[in-house]
Amino acid sequence: MNRRLRDVPWAIVMLLPSVALIAVWTVYPLVKAIQKGHLRCDVTGTKCRDAGWGRYWDVFTSAEFQHALGVSLKLMVLTVPVGLLLGIGLAVLADKHLRGIGVFRTIFSSTVATSVAVASLVWFTLLQPQIGVFADIFSGWFPVVKNPGLLNDANTALPAVALSSIWANLGFTFIIITAALQSVPRDLYESAFVDGAGSVRRFTNVTIPMIAPTLLFVGVVLTTRALQTYGEIALLTGGGPNPEKPTTTIPYLIYGRNSLISNDLGTKSAAAVLLFLLSLVLALVQFRGLEKRVHYGR
Amino acid sequence: MAQVRLEHITKRFGDGSEAVTAVDDVSLQIEHHEFMILLGPSGCGKSTLLRMVAGLEDPTEGDVFIGDRRVNDVEPKQRDIAMVFQSYALYPHKTVAANIEFPLKVRGVGKAERAAEALRAAEVLGLEPQMKRKPGQLSGGQRQRVALARAIVRNPAVFLMDEPLSNLDAKLRGDTRAELVDLHRRIDSTFLYVTHDQVEAMTMGSRVAVLSEGRLQQVGTPQEVYDRPATAFVAQFIGTPPMNMLPPGLLGSDAVQVGIRPEHLRLTPGGQLHAIVKQVEHLGHEVLLFADANGTRLISRLDPASFVPEVGDPVAFDAEPGRLHRFDATSGERVS
Repeated sequence: MNRRLRDVPWAIVMLLPSVALIAVWTVYPLVKAIQKGHLRCDVTGTKCRDAGWGRYWDVFTSAEFQHALGVSLKLMVLTVPVGLLLGIGLAVLADKHLRGIGVFRTIFSSTVATSVAVASLVWFTLLQPQIGVFADIFSGWFPVVKNPGLLNDANTALPAVALSSIWANLGFTFIIITAALQSVPRDLYESAFVDGAGSVRRFTNVTIPMIAPTLLFVGVVLTTRALQTYGEIALLTGGGPNPEKPTTTIPYLIYGRNSLISNDLGTKSAAAVLLFLLSLVLALVQFRGLEKRVHYGR
Repeated sequence: MAQVRLEHITKRFGDGSEAVTAVDDVSLQIEHHEFMILLGPSGCGKSTLLRMVAGLEDPTEGDVFIGDRRVNDVEPKQRDIAMVFQSYALYPHKTVAANIEFPLKVRGVGKAERAAEALRAAEVLGLEPQMKRKPGQLSGGQRQRVALARAIVRNPAVFLMDEPLSNLDAKLRGDTRAELVDLHRRIDSTFLYVTHDQVEAMTMGSRVAVLSEGRLQQVGTPQEVYDRPATAFVAQFIGTPPMNMLPPGLLGSDAVQVGIRPEHLRLTPGGQLHAIVKQVEHLGHEVLLFADANGTRLISRLDPASFVPEVGDPVAFDAEPGRLHRFDATSGERVS
């Protein structure tokens, strides 16, 4: 007991740096955002008054937020499953002891070192209707690629952004899943092989269950990233094409240059808090729902 | 039913100048319902040999027969074998029951029959109370039994085991040795068992095949291998403490190495081998005497009731008549 009491001052000193960082960079902005979310501002954003907690409900039910919520969820549905499946596929392909496989591993993981800005620029060029490679290759089958261009058509803009986003996240997914695959004991595969399991059954009975915790983690990260997608939107479509605004996600609604609420600090803060809650709820649902089926450790 | 025959098996890994020969021209016949031990130090090729019988490795040269069938090109699942791995290789996400049922499930056996067969296998090994648990909740010994149950559930003609006891503590290992011998008695399978532990080899095997550096040194019953080791390697590998090996010329001709087991090296006043006692170990039922004869270490096993010299005493030994093992000084092969 005495010893514990003696340790208290030191414990406080040791904890102080991280507590200070979290307080300044996480807790303070969050509290501030929650406070500002109460504000109702005029069009210019200069005059604001406190409208209480009800303001959150107003923002949530507003047409702009509902639209952006729909876009964000659509983007999530477009990117997470495909990104996860592609990551698993590539990682499994590269998890063979073949000559020169290192080259492919490097290529597959390279996008992890590519910033969103660079990735978006690459895709912007590729998808550009006049000079882009996609236009040359695919315009025969899909005229939309050339006119008006995937990013300029209200129906294809979001999938095109999703394409760029999936590509940009693939390196991360690939590296994490590759690491997980390499940690699966070879004995398990050999035992299943001797017992007569073919490659499909080895995949479903050994590989998938053994890397399930990693898949859950990657799924949660990809979901959070999808909900926070901003850079690709700002650089590729600016939330457009107008007037449908099919790529105005919640983050773009909050930060975007062309956003309707760009001057409205109160609404922006409220939307940011709502986005945080949405990510939190989705992550909890994923963990709660899947954790029972996921086996950790041996 | 299932005899296993290996004919001139060679396995090389890698190619060209970097090739490593793991198994070198091994021929071995394992009779039906025999408990054959592949014994040797790590890296001697015993596990590779077992993996070739399992179908996890392909021989570079030679043929593997199970029963009358040449199985070189037969998939493991068609070979009528089951394998127990050193790590047990249990599926951590499946229950004990599901682990045991897995080989049957793969073969398309119906659910009810699967459960009944798994229960039967679990009963053989006393695992019924653990059926609903996962491997992570079991002790090492229980996991090992689950791995055995998963192997016997299919009634394989041949049981392959790769150091299945090496992850158990000493006491459990002793108990499990006895259980395995009992299991072998009760089921009609041929056992092929890899170990580096000579105690396991001596206590469990109907016959022992000793390997060194990929080559087969000797095949025989544990007693034969102990009493008449075919090479100097076998002589020194089997037996604790190991056989005394005298350098050529110390006893007899320059061309032979003479080996004497510690229990056959007797303290004899006026004996031929003169030495100084370096260490005395009292083990209760016996005394081990370590002595130095001009740079050659000698170990003698004494009765504690007899005269025991002290460290530093000069002593003389003689070998019991007819108990000398002579090996060719260059090839290491037994001369007489």
